[in-house]
Amino acid sequence: MSHPERTPAGASESTADSPRLSQPDRPWIMRTYAGHSTARASNELFRRNLAKGQTGLSIAFDLPTQTGYDSDEELARGEVGKVGVPISHRGDMAALLDGIPLGEMNTSMTINATAAWLLALYVVVAEERGVEPARLQGTTQNDIIKEFLARGTYAFPPGPSMRLIADTIAYTVHSVPRWNPINICSYHLQEAGATPVQEIAYSVSNAIAVLDAARERVGQELMGEVFGRISFFVNAGVRFIEEHAKLRAMAILWAQIGRERYGVQDPRHLRFRYGVQVNSLGLTESQPENNVQRIVLEALAVTLGRDARARAIQLPTWNEALGLPRPWDQQWSLRIQQVLAYETDILEYPDIFDGSTVMNGLVDELLTGAREEMAAVAEHGGTLEAVPYMKAAMVDSQRERLRRIEDGEQVVVGQNRFTESERSPLTADAEGGILVVDPAVEAEQIDALRRWRSQRDQAAVDRALAELARVAREEDPQANLMAPTIAAARAGATTGEWAATLREVFGSYRAPTGVGDAAAPAHDEELERLRAQVAHLQEQLGRRPKILVGKPGLDGHSNGAEQIAVRARDAGMDVVYEGIRLTPAQIAASALQEGVHVIGLSILSGSHLELIPAVIAALRDAGVDAPVVVGGIVPEQDIEPLRRAGVAAVYTNKDFEINRIMGEILDLVAERAAQPAAAQPAPA
Amino acid sequence: MLGADLGRRLREGDLAAAPDTLNLLESTAAPDRAQAAALQHELSPAALGGEAPGHIVGVTGPPGSGKSTLLSALVRRWRARGSTAAVLAVDPSSRRSGGALLGDRARIDFDPADRGVLIRSTAAGTRLGGLAPATRAAAQALAAAFDVVVIETVGVGQAETEVAEVADTVVVVVQPASGDVLQFLKSGIMEIPDLLVVTKADLGPLALRTRRDLGAALRALGSHSPVLAVSALPPGEGIDELIEALRARRAELDLSPRRLRSRRAQALSEYEREHGARGVRALGGRRGAQELLRGEDPGLEVPALVAALERAAPGECSPPGEGSPPGECSPPGEGSPLRERSPRGARSPQQSRPIAARAEEAGR
Repeated sequence: MSHPERTPAGASESTADSPRLSQPDRPWIMRTYAGHSTARASNELFRRNLAKGQTGLSIAFDLPTQTGYDSDEELARGEVGKVGVPISHRGDMAALLDGIPLGEMNTSMTINATAAWLLALYVVVAEERGVEPARLQGTTQNDIIKEFLARGTYAFPPGPSMRLIADTIAYTVHSVPRWNPINICSYHLQEAGATPVQEIAYSVSNAIAVLDAARERVGQELMGEVFGRISFFVNAGVRFIEEHAKLRAMAILWAQIGRERYGVQDPRHLRFRYGVQVNSLGLTESQPENNVQRIVLEALAVTLGRDARARAIQLPTWNEALGLPRPWDQQWSLRIQQVLAYETDILEYPDIFDGSTVMNGLVDELLTGAREEMAAVAEHGGTLEAVPYMKAAMVDSQRERLRRIEDGEQVVVGQNRFTESERSPLTADAEGGILVVDPAVEAEQIDALRRWRSQRDQAAVDRALAELARVAREEDPQANLMAPTIAAARAGATTGEWAATLREVFGSYRAPTGVGDAAAPAHDEELERLRAQVAHLQEQLGRRPKILVGKPGLDGHSNGAEQIAVRARDAGMDVVYEGIRLTPAQIAASALQEGVHVIGLSILSGSHLELIPAVIAALRDAGVDAPVVVGGIVPEQDIEPLRRAGVAAVYTNKDFEINRIMGEILDLVAERAAQPAAAQPAPA
Repeated sequence: MLGADLGRRLREGDLAAAPDTLNLLESTAAPDRAQAAALQHELSPAALGGEAPGHIVGVTGPPGSGKSTLLSALVRRWRARGSTAAVLAVDPSSRRSGGALLGDRARIDFDPADRGVLIRSTAAGTRLGGLAPATRAAAQALAAAFDVVVIETVGVGQAETEVAEVADTVVVVVQPASGDVLQFLKSGIMEIPDLLVVTKADLGPLALRTRRDLGAALRALGSHSPVLAVSALPPGEGIDELIEALRARRAELDLSPRRLRSRRAQALSEYEREHGARGVRALGGRRGAQELLRGEDPGLEVPALVAALERAAPGECSPPGEGSPPGECSPPGEGSPLRERSPRGARSPQQSRPIAARAEEAGR
């Protein structure tokens, strides 16, 4: 008995007398999310990974590239080459892909706001090597709604962002037919705290917004092709049975929407295709070796049942909560995939959950919940309009998750239970078991970029950018931005120039933070104690203690900052939450103007050693002497340098008890207030 | 922090004194209250030789009407024209558990190196849609140094009354097709604003229709307040017209009567907050108190007016220098009218001393 709503595409092919497939399935595409420092260094890494049996590329771009800034812009400071590779122009792209057979390779690019640009660079480099666009295979992530909701690397307002997506879809469906122009991401929603039901509902709603926009460009006759090219990028947590059910539910929902909303008939087009990176949210800094078993179990969630198996997999590394992974760490994760695919019997059977009443029941439960939640999104006037609603709902879910961990209701082995540990040999080396990007990389990259600019035909670049601006201003929905984008890539324009041209036309944008609408907590004794502490402090200060929470740099992972902001409010503080992408100067100006008593900064991109001292210098320049606390992914050996730079406290993944953090922050403010204030002028 | 010093710096146009000024005005600590009174003394019309010249503009409208985007565009344009601007954003987020999340700031974009812009967020007080306790004093102080002081509040209807008391000009912001404002206007729930702005003019016909409907409603009420349609999204439209309308209004406006009325209202409300209903009765009720205030020098700052009221409350508190030692006020005993109904709960004698006495001390 199969699931009553089962997708027709998932029919099993076992023979009557054997429970096995007549022939084992081919393994999924195996990738490693990689890229750092420079195009050249990343190219070497790609080649090594391919030599180790990796079957596709997954390019990680650095944050300036993802948000449309050149390496020499102020916001890029400290972020160049950190979480990925900096790609500023076609020369960088050519170096990155040097020696890689573009006609055969399947390349996934984690790129969103600037996806049209990076796709153009890829197409232009292929063209230089004589590879037709029609032969290119791969994926641009290109999902902007989840950037507004969870990941934060957006560049333009929602309307123009959706136009860019629709333009890339219209372009690829005609010119690069084997390319997946968009990967609808549920991955980042789970990382931001979404429950399985929210993950299904919000990502499918997101896909609907994209398809509706695409339908205006390509017309109904091509909707089958377009629908068939939409793939998903999902997440899987350690509750791997339910996570598998989630994927089966998504497949059913997807086919239903294809048939009913878009009139798609061909079963091949209706198939739910997804790639996956399993959960990083649940990985711990404490006893980090335990992350390996978490990753293995999560990989099962996306491979066990044939009817909802991933097309492509990339696994995180055991040390992600500590810092950036090294090539060896990534190799370990690739080997997990290879053991699963080549040593186990997982690929030899038809769908092993076929007829399972438990699995069908789980799927039904998730489908019911997801349909209700999708109706709620629709009631808000559609996906784009519902962004603030969805964001607030996820901030609430995340808070609930953290509360359960804090209270011990949700067990995290090695973190809130079974915490006794021997010393780990894995982190015993000088770097603490992580990759450290050479800080000289940024200066090198900036030099190279300036050389590039001085050696190109500037008049041609100016003409190309002017044409880009002209098309961007067009209101005709047939005015596709891909053609002038490809022309600008050919002319030698840079990432920052392309994005600045469009920012000029489209304006810039700040996404809703979701914190303002977060619900008030239930009665909580620890919070009551904190509130008493706040009240006492208020008498001492004359004002309610006020905290500024913000994220310097380009890193958009705002969960941590949001949770601190919401908890500080719940503890009774006044909270100025400034959101993401702040320069040191902006943070200093806000701290000064708002008259805050303490400043909380969050960084997960590894740029803390550059950015935090810069923020502190800007604060002191502005005459603000409020204490600064830092949270995020900060390797053990970086804590001391940060303290020397003037940071009062550093909190990492190990510090999951947020109430304790709040208490310590309040103590800091009280201590500072009790000091004879050096900054105050003595009475004349 | 020396209040008098900050006041003098603001008077001389030193914008860098603004953040400390706001910290002081927001503080409820007794020594700070005294310094705040000294600060306001330096910024009184008497000390300034007239009303503070900055234009205090209340910008109010329902959530989602596009106030922050509009302000972002206005601030940029003001700066481009060389005007300085301060924005006091009063966040409506109810004080859950006492704390408040002040999110609006993130939506106003400005150059952080530019000292000609100041943005300060405060949580609205316990009253629905009202101002924060220090907003009035802050607006008045900043008007001495900034060309424009915006008070941003959220609401439609009764909520604007408070901002109307302190602002020279009230701008109500609505988005296209928002019927509430139209209904409130017609039914008289809402006071007629000095300017009505329909945002999101990029929505086209809808915005134009809204503008037309509002204009018709205003004319039917005999009002000539302008209705403007603006779009803050690039390329932007109507922003320059709005700035021009505000400039024209400021040019023709005689600030004195409004500001004087506002100071008197504020003095009475502060007196009442400090001394309760009985304190007001001791002055012969609100009418008596208003009568007293009208007799005072129009150049006095709010704390001085409060002090005048305290002096006039018979037998409740010896004014400094008369009878009791300067700055000393006998702590009101049980049953004293001044002790009663203090909304902030029990206070130490130190805290319940009259504001005037504290100002006196601070001057020393």
